[in-house]
Amino acid sequence: MPTDSGVVNLPLSAQLIHLAAAVLLLLSFAMLSQRRLLSLVNLFAGQGAALVGSTVVVAYSTGQHHLYYSAALTLVLKMLVLPYVLHRLIRRLNLQSDTETLVNIPTTMLIGLVVVIFAFGLAQPLSELSSTVTRSTLGIAIAVVMLSFLMMITRHKAISQVIGFLAMENGLFFAATSATYGMPMVVELGIALDVLVGVFIFGIFFFHIRDQFESLDLHLMESLKEE
Amino acid sequence: MELLILLGLPLFGAALMALVGERRWAPEVNVLVSLATFVAGCALTARVIADGPMLVWNEQFFVDPFNVFLVALTAFISLTTSLFSRTYMRIEEHHGKLSQRRLRLYHSMFQLFMFTMLLALLTNNMGILWVAMEAATLSTVLLVSLYRTKASLEAAWKYFILCGVGIAQALFGTILLYFAAEKVLGGDGMSALLWTHLNAVKGQLEVSVLSISFVFLLVGYGTKVGLAPLHNWLPDAHAEGPTPVSAVLSGLLLNVALYAVIRCKILVEGSIRSKLPGHMLMAFGLTSVVVAAFLLWRQKDVKRLFAYSSIEHMGIITFAFGMGGPVANFAALLHMTVHSLTKSAIFFAVGHASQKTGTQLIERIRGLLVLSPTVGWGLMLGALAILGMPPFGVFASEFLILTTAMRDHPWATPVLLLALGVAFGAIFSRVQPMVFGEPSGQPLPHSPSLVPVFAHLALVLMLGLWIPPFLAQWYRLAAALIG
Repeated sequence: MPTDSGVVNLPLSAQLIHLAAAVLLLLSFAMLSQRRLLSLVNLFAGQGAALVGSTVVVAYSTGQHHLYYSAALTLVLKMLVLPYVLHRLIRRLNLQSDTETLVNIPTTMLIGLVVVIFAFGLAQPLSELSSTVTRSTLGIAIAVVMLSFLMMITRHKAISQVIGFLAMENGLFFAATSATYGMPMVVELGIALDVLVGVFIFGIFFFHIRDQFESLDLHLMESLKEE
Repeated sequence: MELLILLGLPLFGAALMALVGERRWAPEVNVLVSLATFVAGCALTARVIADGPMLVWNEQFFVDPFNVFLVALTAFISLTTSLFSRTYMRIEEHHGKLSQRRLRLYHSMFQLFMFTMLLALLTNNMGILWVAMEAATLSTVLLVSLYRTKASLEAAWKYFILCGVGIAQALFGTILLYFAAEKVLGGDGMSALLWTHLNAVKGQLEVSVLSISFVFLLVGYGTKVGLAPLHNWLPDAHAEGPTPVSAVLSGLLLNVALYAVIRCKILVEGSIRSKLPGHMLMAFGLTSVVVAAFLLWRQKDVKRLFAYSSIEHMGIITFAFGMGGPVANFAALLHMTVHSLTKSAIFFAVGHASQKTGTQLIERIRGLLVLSPTVGWGLMLGALAILGMPPFGVFASEFLILTTAMRDHPWATPVLLLALGVAFGAIFSRVQPMVFGEPSGQPLPHSPSLVPVFAHLALVLMLGLWIPPFLAQWYRLAAALIG
């Protein structure tokens, strides 16, 4: 935690928020190294839980009531609906026992560490300007976004890329809460709608891809390039 | 009121098409909805000409000189594309490439896409702008993969992932913008995301936050503009999707994404009081022009060829906005208009040409002039127009951009001229045998619809010779706004 003089002096709410942020970061690293698709979905739901927890604490400790709504939205969307849809998809596509061969997990982890340091460097000037109690977690939010991006790059399965995409959105949501106590409600609803529709389209897409390629491995999708 | 109708019509159309899109008369209804949208767009335009800019519904929506002509252009191209797709999609169906159910999906998503484009243009809220841009990706991704071939699925996946990641960057940029604005405008309520409010206080916004935010916004929306090196999705999506979709992607989506970038640039440049955003736009623009011009030579697929040409032209426009100043901005706005019109006309002609010859490969499309003089001439004139031949409008805007570059940034002029020359050689040497060579092809089951092609080209010709005074006035006002 990037706090200067002793975490013990912080109020309980801030400590809880930092705890949630740490859990979020830890889950991002876990996702980076997780081979099983089903576990990946569970980790994603765990991220949702950490987000809900931190949002509720922020809402309670600062009296920003609209954050309760966005916590509820996150609870429904990211802890229940999306993991359910993804679980169903995995079952319908018969991928329950599917694992992914990940090369060089240690290297990916090391790159992940560098990414986190970079993210904190980027967040430093920003969090100094912020007046929210959560400002020190902005670095973690940026790190989660970048780690999800890294995950998308290292994966070859369509579903894990989508989970990476959704985890990136988690990071962005966390950034919005920690830097500004959340975006206006209309915008958050719009973003949630886009994410939901996006996942449904992804779902339809998986079936099309499987029908054509007989697999969801994106290695097979390399015919379109400049020769 | 016009605004409500204008936004409501395509949304209604999308719902209607989802219900009845597989009937025989669905394409006609699609045209009617687009026609009604266009009429509403005209009414709005007439109102803006008479009363000036407007700000409605708690300032959530606005019309100013910068977006009004894009709204009219979007509604117009939507109308002509629906006219074109009426016959084009019937022929595709006749060739057995599409089923009735796919056509329903196509019609519904087409109208939804128009709704997102108009929403992105008309909203005053930077957050809603983001939501609309993301929704535009979502509504077109199933259109790109409409044929369900391996190549089209791959193209759509690439489009989805690259634009999705790109647009996520833009969301982070928007969050940072809100973060900076909230301190000045207050966090409660919507004020801190409204563009007009942001524009009013842009001098007081935190400089360092806005600089970082602009990088994310430029990369994010720039991915959708197709700026090199973020352009990878663009040729695939254009080549593998159905032709009407290529026409609206090139003609509308790229413009609207660039519109978003420029809205952000106005805020950031006003805040940090330096030329940095302009220089970044110039660098991205020039890279795109050069990369696209040289990649044009390697294209074998006619739709990929013109997709790269779109990247090149978006590069020119971005470069011109980057230079800034009244003349360059005027030229960039004019170029946005004429490029949309010309490029969609070319895609219409190319679509019918590849239906006649049964292929998109350039070397197998030959002798269009014999097969169908109108398709042949449409493609030839369109190609000449896009290559900047006088008296077409593209010549006027490119001439203005080049002369401004010569005055303000002389080093860039030879690069631009070289790239334009290379692009000319590449496109002309490919289009010429396609139009004049020995014919090979088949008659079509429905006569091709070429009214849209010539209507677009006539407008481009008109803009090259004479710009209507109100349009010139908007361009000037918008150019002053962009700074």
